[in-house]
Amino acid sequence: MSPVSTANSRVVYDALKAGGIRLMSALPETWLVHLIRMAEDDPDMTLVRLAKEEEGVGISAGAHLAGMRSAMLMQNHGFLASINAIVSGAQLYRIPLLMLISHRGEFGERDPWQTEGGGVTEDLLHTLRIPFELLDDPQHVARRIAKGQTLAYSSNKPVALLLCRDLMWDD
Amino acid sequence: MLRLDALKSIYSRLENRAVVTIMGAVAAELQSIGHRSNFFYLQHAMGLASSMGLGIALARPDSQVVVFDGDGSVLMNLGGLTTLARYRPRNLVHVIFDNESLLSVGGFPTATSTGSDLAAIAAAAGIPRTATVRTLDAFTTAFDEALAAGDLTTMVAKVEAVGPSGYVTDLSLLENRFQFQRYLASTREAKVDK
Repeated sequence: MSPVSTANSRVVYDALKAGGIRLMSALPETWLVHLIRMAEDDPDMTLVRLAKEEEGVGISAGAHLAGMRSAMLMQNHGFLASINAIVSGAQLYRIPLLMLISHRGEFGERDPWQTEGGGVTEDLLHTLRIPFELLDDPQHVARRIAKGQTLAYSSNKPVALLLCRDLMWDD
Repeated sequence: MLRLDALKSIYSRLENRAVVTIMGAVAAELQSIGHRSNFFYLQHAMGLASSMGLGIALARPDSQVVVFDGDGSVLMNLGGLTTLARYRPRNLVHVIFDNESLLSVGGFPTATSTGSDLAAIAAAAGIPRTATVRTLDAFTTAFDEALAAGDLTTMVAKVEAVGPSGYVTDLSLLENRFQFQRYLASTREAKVDK
């Protein structure tokens, strides 16, 4: 049994649905399993499973120009792998992106291979001037996702929400 | 075959279709024939033109999407071919102009110059319709067949490694982006009105 929180994944998913998200791109990682299954089981959601995360920037850009709201689910290493697309695609062309990034490698991380990404994720978001908030408590998830989405659309720029261990993990 | 001639030969078919191109010569040549509000030129984010086309095609299954890609760009996003095949948008025609080089940045040869076969890679990725064409007649025939087929097609057009003298045009990137978005919105509203 995975200790990834089904209940809090549901809170995140419902907030995305409430924001009109109809397309999600995703590359699986442990913390995202429930979110991806929820998208898969939802007939109103188009789930696009990627080979590499930067494809998601292109797909979200196309969906946005075509009038559909989308979100991207990825690990912070997927964010690292997408930076050129974010800068030379979404930022160059003023595309709002709603990026939900699992914040691996923070306090409590047990997987040795996940311990480098956590230390650079927030610094890179700052450097790229991508506004972000932490999602670490189910009480504020819906409000922060909605506000992030509002800023993404008013600014025509990417925003990020970091899915934290305290939200995503049940132990 | 010259890419410019290929583009001219099918230019009339691009009306009322959402067209996404890669940067450099393809964008400049299409603009030299005549810019339209339904053309979007992805001037950076190399490799992602086909991903953008997929996003448009999935968001708007009622619209026809054409992507003009290049060998260097596709080689940067080979995984994207597997994603295209997986979702198989039947309203997307993916054209790869293969000049076997990175023309816009000095003309250095790509791996297609030493035998990598992008149509075979696309077919192996699961794209249902693929072709490689080498003449203008074969190109126009294959393009028209792809439009008529109603299924995802990736067609590779072998073209000469020549292009325009410059790539910067007087169309600003953001002007193009917002114009294209408004074009797509107008076609959606037209459908709703009916």
